[in-house]
Amino acid sequence: MSPLLILLLAALAADTPTLPPAATSEVDFARDVAPVLKRNCQGCHGAAMQQSGFRLDDGPAALKGGYGGAAILPGKSADSPMILRAAGAKGVPVMPPAGRRLTAAEVGILRAWIDQGARFPAAMVSKANRQKTKHWAFEPIATPALPAVKNTAWVRSPIDAFVLAKLESKRIAPSIEADRRTLLRRLNWDLIGLPPTPAEVSEFEADTRPDAYQRQVDRLLAAPQFGEKWARGWLDQARYADSDGYEKDWVRPYAFRWRDWAINAINQDLPFNRFTIEQIAGDLLPNSTVEQRVATGFARHTLTNREGGIDDAQFRFEGTLDRANTVSTVFLGLSMGCAQCHDHKYDPISQRDYYSLFAFFDNAEEVDIDAPRAGELGPWLRGRAEYQAKRDALLAEYKVAELQAAWEKDILYTIAHPGERTDWDLAWDCVNKLTEGGDGGKIVRIPAAERTPRERDIVTDHFVKNYHFAVGNKRYKELKLDVATKTLAKLKTDYPQLTQAMTLAENPKPQPSFLRVRGDYKTNGIEVQPATPAVLPGLQKSGKLTRLDLADWLVAEENPLTARVAANRVWQELFGSGLVKTTDDFGTRADLPEHPELLTWLADNFRRLGWSRKQLIRGIVLSSTYRQASHARPDLQDIDPDNQLLARQVRLRLTAEQIRDGALAASGLLAKTIGGPSIRPPIPAGVMEMSYGSRGWGDGWKVSEGEDRYRRGLYIQFLRTSPYPQLMTFDAPKATAAQCKRDRSNTPLQALNLLNDPVFVEAAQSLAVSIVSQPAKERLDWAYRRALGRIPSAKESARMMAYFTEQQRLLSDDTKAQTALAPFVPPSATRLETATWTGLASVILNLEEFITRE
Amino acid sequence: MNNQRQLLESHLRRDFLRRGLTGIGTLALSSLLAAEDRTEAPDPLVPRKPHFAPKAKNVIFLFQEGAPSQMDLFDPKPGLQKWHGQSLPPEMTRDLKLAFIKPTAKVLASPRKFAKYGQCGMELSDMIPEMAKHADDICLVRSMHSEAFNHHPGQLLLFSGSMIGGRPSMGSWVTYGLGSETRNLPAFVALQSGPGTSAGSDLWSNGFLPSLYQGTVLRTGGDPILYLGNPDGITRESQRARLDALRDLNQERQDDTGDTEIASRIHSYELAYRMQMAGPEAVDFSKESPATIEAYGINNKDSKAYGTNLLMARRLVERGVRFVLCMHSGWDMHSGINAAMPKLCAQTDKSSAALLTDLKQRGLLDETLVVWGGEFGRTPMSEIRRPDEADNAGRDHHPNGYSIWLSGGGIETGQVIGETDELGLTITKDKIDVHDLQATILHLLGLEHTQLTYRHFGRNFRLTDVSGQAVKQLLS
Repeated sequence: MSPLLILLLAALAADTPTLPPAATSEVDFARDVAPVLKRNCQGCHGAAMQQSGFRLDDGPAALKGGYGGAAILPGKSADSPMILRAAGAKGVPVMPPAGRRLTAAEVGILRAWIDQGARFPAAMVSKANRQKTKHWAFEPIATPALPAVKNTAWVRSPIDAFVLAKLESKRIAPSIEADRRTLLRRLNWDLIGLPPTPAEVSEFEADTRPDAYQRQVDRLLAAPQFGEKWARGWLDQARYADSDGYEKDWVRPYAFRWRDWAINAINQDLPFNRFTIEQIAGDLLPNSTVEQRVATGFARHTLTNREGGIDDAQFRFEGTLDRANTVSTVFLGLSMGCAQCHDHKYDPISQRDYYSLFAFFDNAEEVDIDAPRAGELGPWLRGRAEYQAKRDALLAEYKVAELQAAWEKDILYTIAHPGERTDWDLAWDCVNKLTEGGDGGKIVRIPAAERTPRERDIVTDHFVKNYHFAVGNKRYKELKLDVATKTLAKLKTDYPQLTQAMTLAENPKPQPSFLRVRGDYKTNGIEVQPATPAVLPGLQKSGKLTRLDLADWLVAEENPLTARVAANRVWQELFGSGLVKTTDDFGTRADLPEHPELLTWLADNFRRLGWSRKQLIRGIVLSSTYRQASHARPDLQDIDPDNQLLARQVRLRLTAEQIRDGALAASGLLAKTIGGPSIRPPIPAGVMEMSYGSRGWGDGWKVSEGEDRYRRGLYIQFLRTSPYPQLMTFDAPKATAAQCKRDRSNTPLQALNLLNDPVFVEAAQSLAVSIVSQPAKERLDWAYRRALGRIPSAKESARMMAYFTEQQRLLSDDTKAQTALAPFVPPSATRLETATWTGLASVILNLEEFITRE
Repeated sequence: MNNQRQLLESHLRRDFLRRGLTGIGTLALSSLLAAEDRTEAPDPLVPRKPHFAPKAKNVIFLFQEGAPSQMDLFDPKPGLQKWHGQSLPPEMTRDLKLAFIKPTAKVLASPRKFAKYGQCGMELSDMIPEMAKHADDICLVRSMHSEAFNHHPGQLLLFSGSMIGGRPSMGSWVTYGLGSETRNLPAFVALQSGPGTSAGSDLWSNGFLPSLYQGTVLRTGGDPILYLGNPDGITRESQRARLDALRDLNQERQDDTGDTEIASRIHSYELAYRMQMAGPEAVDFSKESPATIEAYGINNKDSKAYGTNLLMARRLVERGVRFVLCMHSGWDMHSGINAAMPKLCAQTDKSSAALLTDLKQRGLLDETLVVWGGEFGRTPMSEIRRPDEADNAGRDHHPNGYSIWLSGGGIETGQVIGETDELGLTITKDKIDVHDLQATILHLLGLEHTQLTYRHFGRNFRLTDVSGQAVKQLLS
């Protein structure tokens, strides 16, 4: 092209926002087009990188297009997305997004080339692909050789060999073994999440058998509280909560059914590969059992938005993203969220990879099922006929059948004629948002005769409760449907009902799945098929892949990540920090671990142990590495401040739940019932009312009665828009996304919580009563043993007794305070004594040592 | 180091070490307290330097939850009269995002009278006569834009930059960026009047930031801060005795284990003790003049709740609280807007105005940014939930072209920014997105929004997500 022509083109295009015209001369690819592409495009759409799946260094690939579809339409430059972007015309985002823009002349050249057929040289086929990253975590899990060490006496397990070899190379000695009391407390916190009793400590201290420690380990691994403790970490990752999360934040009364499944599975040591498969795809297993379907509830802890008028497609999309993200984070240790909008900048995950993973979940539906717990089925069957008869009579009494039939007709009309009647539009929206126990919008479209009994009940219940949206409150009350709603609900509580479970099921009519351009749910890009990320060893299977295939692949021999990620998380529970510190990120930007071979050995061993979680844990806690004292090592403060070399154990502040459980256990209040619906401990008035959702919780925050009040922290009902304060104050997760590690913060609000929360005050009062039931001389020792598993030092005793004297003096004339601190006085003591001991008990329950696992 | 959390941790560790070396652990409490001004703080909330010189030190965000109607308060639309009771042609409503109504909904003209106020001649509605007196003290924005058109996502977007939950709220980001000026009160406080909000605790959540950046709810009934009061039977004196024993025993443990974290725990208990004094003092209005109480509308039952929170906000800012979020709910007027609007204005107008007057009188307005606004606005068309009831019309959600106002530190006041078309359907001039507003607020505090980041799930997150730009026109 002549310089004159270029000038002419530039002049023409200078002030016009429309498309620069095509160059008028014949263009030659090599001479005219290639330099333009090279200068402006191929940095991001070339051999090294193919942003948005688009590449211009390969003819056939370029003509195929990117994630948004074809970009070059031969013969039609004015319609070609590539041209629109290069020119920034018609409101599309301009390319390149930053830096120098294409000149009008350059656009003109590209236009002419496209109009003339968009011909690439035949040889322009690129073999180069996005660079495969060599990354330790993506390497196959082999069996690493054990390093040689000098101090072989210290090595109890291969774990110790890896740790010691590194320490010896740096001339660092490991720490001494912790004393028995500390070891047992540590084991208790780590394995069952509760402190040992004084008797258990004494017994262990007196046990001279060589396998005394191992016996304790095995006892705790077999304890039913093991499942509670280890389920809690899994709940964090599953973003478990007892409510929807958005606005109305409805309570999910049966979420606990999955929690029970998890506790049970962990107690039974369901191998981690099965544990994975059942939660990802239990519904797709041949002849799947109810329990296997309950397991899929793992995916149901996504947030739900029932706000009127929301775009269901958006939240369905967000829910599916969340499922893909959770699986990626929890099992693969890859944070793929970036690839929702574009190819991952650092990790070898393309946007196509991401939506291919997404596609595994895009065809899943939320289905609630009957999932009776032990003992429920018999009574339910026996009461069924009578319940049904009474229900039918009630429905007849309120003429529900006729009213509902007419309502359904109007609803169907409204679906077809939106905007005619705003009141009915609202009623229809409510069918979609407010139906309980199933998808109202779907069921109402099924002809009444073809509905299952369950579906019939769901629609009828919705109708009776929500007819007022269609006809107004006046008419609704005339029909007494408000009364009918209450009577029907009452009837339900009068007869045994089956526990429900939230599960996942596959839509029998598969829908195609699409990549979303820039992560926008409204903008479909290319169609994608379910597939695993290209950078990892793939699935050896043809045909359309299912969720079950994904599940199998996660735990397949070739998968380099799942076993590593799972073993790392177990390690984190036992050492406070993973061997890979970023437990949710095993990608290329994660810090390189100090002990990659050890992690590989653990992962390999985990699989050799048949994916037994208990055996993996057992192996670790039996090691010398685990048994070391947790005292600070001033000699290592500069060399290894984060304890990456593992020359000691660590002191860790307990989790929110453990702090509560510990106080309840020490005070003798703890109720040990396992499983079942969530509970509500007391909280001050007004706390829960700060969210809109609380309006729908009916009874506000009705405090649990009886022993439920004293059950373990993991059973506290978690309402997402008003979480239980103590959990938030002590860093429990917010349950919006998978959380793989908890903070261990240290704040004044925590101090206030432990000093003044009635739950902890009550624990102190209860502990005081037990203390004063002991002989006077033994009381302090007894209190220390009960709470800390040891007796106080002379110095501590002296300080405590000084406080005792002071507290007694302050209380001696204050009978009101005495009564407040000692509402109950055992025969062995006076009120003043008991009240004084409440003060001491409170100090003990606030000790840093009490809320720390050493 | 590429990990912010690690950075934070190592910062703390160094700090502990330093304190350990100076032997602070062995100091008696009295000298610890006395020495505190000289000793470097052990917590990550120490005031931090902003990226550049700030215009404002504090923020009071008057969040009007539920989405107030702009065309009944701030953005006169006489053009609606012509269309009142009619549907708009489809080409005018094509791009609307509506929650409940359909594009064919009938237009609802506002019955409110607008007039010009202040030297600047700002047009405001007769619903807000008290705020109208402050026309020259505020900058009115009529061209706000949000991507969200439902409450919870809209509130998340406004306060956390994303419609999806789990991210830190604005107050948490600010505290993370700037630390705290006070040790006796939380740096980020949330105050609520009216029924609970859609987003609930998400509005003051620390998201994935460390939980010490979480907002603290200050309550008007019961303990102002949860568990602030001693339990029955524990007096101030016996609380001190309890804490003294606790401190000495914890100290013993530190000597034994060498764990510097224990020193930090001891410090937390001392901060808690001081909070027990400072908290009740901050919410105690007994030293406020009757005139002030009256001005804030606290004597009136309608405006008492909101007015109390606003006076509290001023007192908190005076005491070094960085970010006060006052939430007032009730603006979600899907039906009966003609009855509801006067009610909500009676609850809030006087107090909002009093806050500006009060801050100004005390010289606090220069360093305090005040923002008034909801999560979006409302439609020019009516929503009729009950066709059989008279005067039942309300308005649906409208995220494109709603109004907010800003005042105080660094804001160019006495001006109106942005315009909507004659029916208020679209923005015709100076569109300001929610992310722009966030970037502007951070800018006024001396923070560059693209640099205030936190690494999580393998990437750097920021309040403004992936967009936003500080709006120069807003700045003085």
